[in-house]
Amino acid sequence: MAYTITINGKARTVDADGDMPLLWVLRDVLDMKGAKFGCGAAFCGACTVQLDGTPVRSCQIQLSKVGTKAVVTIEGIAATPVGARVQAAWMEVDVMQCGYCQAGQIVAATALLTRTPKPTDAEIDQAMNGNICRCATYNRIRAAIRKAAGIAETAGA
Amino acid sequence: MNVNAIFTAPAKVSRRSLLRAGVAAGGGFYLSARLVGAARAAVAGAPAVAGPPLNAYVKIAPDGLVTITAKNPECGQGIKTMLPMLIAEELDVDWKDVRIVQAMNDPATYPRQIAGGSTATPTNWDPMRRVGAAGRQMLVQAAADGWGVPAAECSTTPGVVHHAGSGRSATYGSLAARAAAVPAPKLETVTLKDPKSFRIIGKPTSNIDNPAVVTGEPLFGIDVTVPGMKYAVFQKCPVFYGRCMDANLAEIKALPGVVEAFMIEGGKDLAGLSSGVAIVGESWWHANRARAALKVQWDEGPMADHSSAGYAAQAAALAARPPQFNIRNDGDVEAAFRGAAKVVEAEYAYPFVSHAPLEPQNCTAHWTGDKVEIWAPSQNPEPGRQLVAKTLGVKPEDIAIHMIRSGGGFGRRLSNDYMVEAAAIARHARLPVKLVWAREDDMRHDLYRPGGFHYLKAAVDSSGKVIAWKNHFVSFGADGKFINAAEYAATEFPARFIPNYQLDASLIATQIPTGPMRAPRSNALAFVSQSFADELAHAAGRDPLEFQIALLGEPRIYGEKYSREGYDSGRMLAVLKLVGERSGWGKRQLPPGHGLGVAHYFSHLGYFAEVVEASVADSGKVKVHKVWVVGDIGAQVINPSGAVNQVQGAVIDGIGQVLNARITFENGRTRQSNFGDYPLIRMADAPPVDVHFLITDNPPTGLGEPALPPAVPALCNAIFAASGKRIRSLPVDTAMLKKA
Repeated sequence: MAYTITINGKARTVDADGDMPLLWVLRDVLDMKGAKFGCGAAFCGACTVQLDGTPVRSCQIQLSKVGTKAVVTIEGIAATPVGARVQAAWMEVDVMQCGYCQAGQIVAATALLTRTPKPTDAEIDQAMNGNICRCATYNRIRAAIRKAAGIAETAGA
Repeated sequence: MNVNAIFTAPAKVSRRSLLRAGVAAGGGFYLSARLVGAARAAVAGAPAVAGPPLNAYVKIAPDGLVTITAKNPECGQGIKTMLPMLIAEELDVDWKDVRIVQAMNDPATYPRQIAGGSTATPTNWDPMRRVGAAGRQMLVQAAADGWGVPAAECSTTPGVVHHAGSGRSATYGSLAARAAAVPAPKLETVTLKDPKSFRIIGKPTSNIDNPAVVTGEPLFGIDVTVPGMKYAVFQKCPVFYGRCMDANLAEIKALPGVVEAFMIEGGKDLAGLSSGVAIVGESWWHANRARAALKVQWDEGPMADHSSAGYAAQAAALAARPPQFNIRNDGDVEAAFRGAAKVVEAEYAYPFVSHAPLEPQNCTAHWTGDKVEIWAPSQNPEPGRQLVAKTLGVKPEDIAIHMIRSGGGFGRRLSNDYMVEAAAIARHARLPVKLVWAREDDMRHDLYRPGGFHYLKAAVDSSGKVIAWKNHFVSFGADGKFINAAEYAATEFPARFIPNYQLDASLIATQIPTGPMRAPRSNALAFVSQSFADELAHAAGRDPLEFQIALLGEPRIYGEKYSREGYDSGRMLAVLKLVGERSGWGKRQLPPGHGLGVAHYFSHLGYFAEVVEASVADSGKVKVHKVWVVGDIGAQVINPSGAVNQVQGAVIDGIGQVLNARITFENGRTRQSNFGDYPLIRMADAPPVDVHFLITDNPPTGLGEPALPPAVPALCNAIFAASGKRIRSLPVDTAMLKKA
């Protein structure tokens, strides 16, 4: 059946099964490849999108449960000043190795900084611990979050 | 694949190299180089064996834009950015004017299109710069001819040729058409820049694909879309080499969203086409969902009684018997044991490990008649093309492979099993098909890093010097031949550094598929020998760093200097001493409960020494506070941004292996399935990693791998320093570390 959901500020009507996960609606129905498939079980965070500003694993969200909540994906993350700053910081710090997890990392980091503009290291760990980077670019993810938040880099890190 | 085959020493271009130039399509000037590397010719007394050809393709357009073809597969190692930096530097152009396009798999034009073995830097450092320098020389000649002045009076600034005497200058773009007619110089004769004048090499340079990554543009294999494409899953037997006998295909085909379901017979080679059931769906979710209803009758085959517990029991039994064969025997270890001040014995073991790149294996295939077009995130596509050709009876020239960026490789994508599956499924379905493995498929059908068992005995004399070292290595294989990536070389450290040294082996027969994983062999052997060396230091009552320095002895070179078998102990001593200084070893008051561990290892031509600071909580949980790394990869770090990132990633990868990584087998199948029971390291466990490169007068070498091996024993040694508990089996057992 047809569902109308809001993705990156635009209403999109999707004719798909209600129990189809949002990840596969985005990737295979709407041809938006930014959210990535990594585990299908909410372990890795590669498919992270925001639902009303909260980072969620889109592989676990059924299409019929999205309702009127605003979906923001990596493709629309730069629409807010925080998202644009996070994206720019990721480029400046040159975070990426393979890059596969980074869309999810950026979406999660943007949600963190929108809610907590100056996070502590512990808050960064907590907010980002659901997002695996197999290349282990964690030093740079942390540095990019600090840069986007305007927090001075601590020595030695 | 055999990792020895992809190992190559630093390459120089030989006189058989060919440089061609001409007018490019759309105007401008192209350079096409067929570079024949004389890889081993520099070694005294060795025959000049021609290395593999390494090609380059560069185009300079009339508007001055330079297009460089990236010939190697990109899997996160940064090669798509780094190789063009070498050409752009010597061509003398602004990096902002460089565009990079990814080559197809095209062995006739670009042999050695492989991401493996940290080989791209040593094999391309000299040849790629010469291609750029030749281009610059031709542009200068073109300008000089036009002005009627000697080329020697001309100079360049990025993208512009100047003649100081007449004050004239011309852009590369304006010279491109004329340069195309200049005879191409011989590559070995061109003049390379003084490294002091480098503008691109040695400058931190962002990954070329960053803009696409941060905006979520389609970039990876899994993002490929072909018109009319459907989506496939492939259910293989959970038991390795098991075969599909029957399945409820009619029932599966009737499920909503299912387009097709069929059996694939498969061959015998697990790295080839496996037997299984393919389900093709309207979306990947539809195809994968249908699996829940799939009922398959499997013939589980000969592996069904294999288990990790069985292997451990066989290892213990083999250890009690004389070894099956000897690998190296120097001096007389038994005599040395009899006269020793102290003898230490220990058993070490490490498990099979999965590569687990975050992008699951996938591949897209589209047949037109007897020809097939393939989009593959592979580290090594050409053997995949040969595999598809052989398995499906297709002419190799009828198979076109697009090399698509991989979401991580770590060695997993040196094999092309997913490629032949996608081609077979698409041909049967008569549709363009994108095959995507579920995470569970990836974890249960990996070509694992092999496990191993080591039974060690060593002796120190009254001065604390190691006088004997014996190891009975129990590994996997048959008839004296190790399974893939399980080998133990006769030259592996500490061989040659101890007068009485004996390395023996026995093998457990298995057909568990194995393959190279980031720093193959070294990632396991470093754990064993560097942890045991630390044990000996403590047994001798010596400081571990001083003990390791003493074990390396006077600086000397064993074997061919720039080869896997070579060892330059002076280089290792220098990085080891420096990492001691940088970490404050022996000079710093550590917080209560913290310990420092040190380890070093030589692999893939890189010399690395690392210090880990760690503590162990009462619960047994290990916390890594910081890691210091000093590496010697030669005279030049080509892209410092990518280089530091590779090292930090490799070190944290190694720490994650110590804390978490273990694949176990039961009834011929892998027990683990996803990141719940096979956890990968996360941010909260990832320490800051301080990286320092020691610049030495040696050819630049690669960085994908050599920083990983020392991280594993350095952490284990730090755990010992912090807790007094020795880690002899990986991953760490927190119950063993728990305070009573």
